[in-house]
Amino acid sequence: MSLQTPARAVRPSGVTPASDDGTPPRGGISGVTTRSRILVTGLLVAAAGYFLLPVYWLVVASTKSTGELFGSFGLWFSQPQLLSNLHQVVTYDDAIYLRWAANSLLYAGVGAGVATLLAAMSGYALAKFSFTGRDTLFNVVLGGVLLPATALALPMYLLFSKAGLANTYWAVLLPSFVSPFGVYLCRIYAAASIPDELLEAARIDGAGEFRIFGVVALRIMTPALVTIFLFQFVGIWNNYFLPLVMLSDSKLYPITLGLTSWQSFADRQPQLYQLTVGGAFVSVVPLMIAMVALQRFWRSGLTEGSVKG
Amino acid sequence: MPTRTRAPRRRRNLAPVAFVAPFLLLFLLTFAVPIAYAVHQSVMDVEYTGPLGLGGSRTAFVGLSNYSHALSDDAFLRSVGRVLLFAVVQVPVMVALAAGLALLLDSASARGVRFFRAAYFLPYGVPGVIASILWGFLYVPGVSPLVDGMRHLGVSVDLLGGSTVLWSIANIVVWEFAGYNVLVLVAQLRTIPAELYEAARIDGAGAWTTVRYVKLPLLRPALVLTTVFTIIGTLQLFAEPLVLRPVSSSIDSAYTPNLSAYNEAFTNDNYHLAAAEAVLLALAAFVLSFGFLRLINKRGGDA
Repeated sequence: MSLQTPARAVRPSGVTPASDDGTPPRGGISGVTTRSRILVTGLLVAAAGYFLLPVYWLVVASTKSTGELFGSFGLWFSQPQLLSNLHQVVTYDDAIYLRWAANSLLYAGVGAGVATLLAAMSGYALAKFSFTGRDTLFNVVLGGVLLPATALALPMYLLFSKAGLANTYWAVLLPSFVSPFGVYLCRIYAAASIPDELLEAARIDGAGEFRIFGVVALRIMTPALVTIFLFQFVGIWNNYFLPLVMLSDSKLYPITLGLTSWQSFADRQPQLYQLTVGGAFVSVVPLMIAMVALQRFWRSGLTEGSVKG
Repeated sequence: MPTRTRAPRRRRNLAPVAFVAPFLLLFLLTFAVPIAYAVHQSVMDVEYTGPLGLGGSRTAFVGLSNYSHALSDDAFLRSVGRVLLFAVVQVPVMVALAAGLALLLDSASARGVRFFRAAYFLPYGVPGVIASILWGFLYVPGVSPLVDGMRHLGVSVDLLGGSTVLWSIANIVVWEFAGYNVLVLVAQLRTIPAELYEAARIDGAGAWTTVRYVKLPLLRPALVLTTVFTIIGTLQLFAEPLVLRPVSSSIDSAYTPNLSAYNEAFTNDNYHLAAAEAVLLALAAFVLSFGFLRLINKRGGDA
């Protein structure tokens, strides 16, 4: 099983090769003809058009009034009123949107932070200590990676509601703390990048295990940890099923749930169409900017996750 | 001396336990216990006692009857067939598109690689429900510039009809995740040492030959990973059909297995049947992804 063998081509430093950005990629074949260049660029542009079209539509639509949303050509501006739309989005229903945004930040920020730390601790232990049941534990965790999260959410809801945890912040936070994929990544990364001699040296110097973990291991594992944090953050931010199942109080909703609740009432209250569009614009644009800005972390982490023996 | 050697040894034996314990505890709480509980719930059912079932109700062991109920329910079976059909089309399209774009980005002819990579990756930051809301607007006639534009050209398409809506959903999923897969594959392509290209060039290999015999084989691990995650994701299909339901009459409450389980639990209050459906879904994900990995490993062994 290739999933179980530590990566052969892991680059512990997390550094991508020098030619990664800016310089022409080393596809390596010289004698590029103009025709092939036009063909390749044409295909890339067409694909970019496909991926950017709905984003562009969103930008245009978020500037329109409810009437114009349905009455004007979707791909061009018509009497832009972005600011007044945004004002409506954030003030509607006692500024519930801002509360949803804060909830999303709380769920994703705290959830991803704790998940990353816990994954680092167990991945490090799995890689650097031998103890009974280690391989069994690792295989069970890997099984967790392959389990569809949505199959777990229903029974989890039943358990949580018995424990009185359903419809609380904990109902969304507790499951967010667990990242089997993070443990998998941390184990691979720690095994390849933390030398045993370094740990031995620290032990001889009299450092305790937690100190060694905090000072030595965490520092070396930082690139992997950034990747796990990003994955978990986006995963929680984008999660819909878990909060949908767990939460009934709209004050606890994250943005995803809040926007669909607006959308589902829009039939009766057409103004909510515009609010849904505007709310989507406000929630999506910062995240997209962050994604692009943080791309290099994704890429260095992705290689480690995907490269298997 | 014995005390000096014993003390750190004991400490070292306890340390991994302390490191693993918090994760393990939460993993049990959110993975192992729910699955065990779902299995338990799925073999129980509410039984009514007394004359005409008015004597009261109690939960009793019913064996596999919830499973046979689920597996003989036409709507549920159709939903399973639907996601399988979806997967059979969606997985190859997704992987081929991602691989194609990654190879184009990695080719010597590509310019503006950074821009294109960022553009393809953007949708990954858009939550599935929000992507569905956006595309929903782009599917509905009267709002959608696409549908209206095509109508002006004399082409009338119903993107939300019974035979098309599944592929409209597929489009949303491709839009969301293709860029992420492109990034995985591009990252893998970057790990190919330049000497391999040099060697291929000296052997007289052209662009296509290099792709076929150098790049694609080396992409295999990333392609396997991409495929497995796509399979798991496909089986979970939920938010997209749920969001499109109000605009498409072709999506019923059991359109996908997940939607069906959700509906059984929260609309019909039949937790036991919902649990059986959730367990079946988890089993299917295991069987398909492990099955695929085994198939791949066997082929890899022959090569």
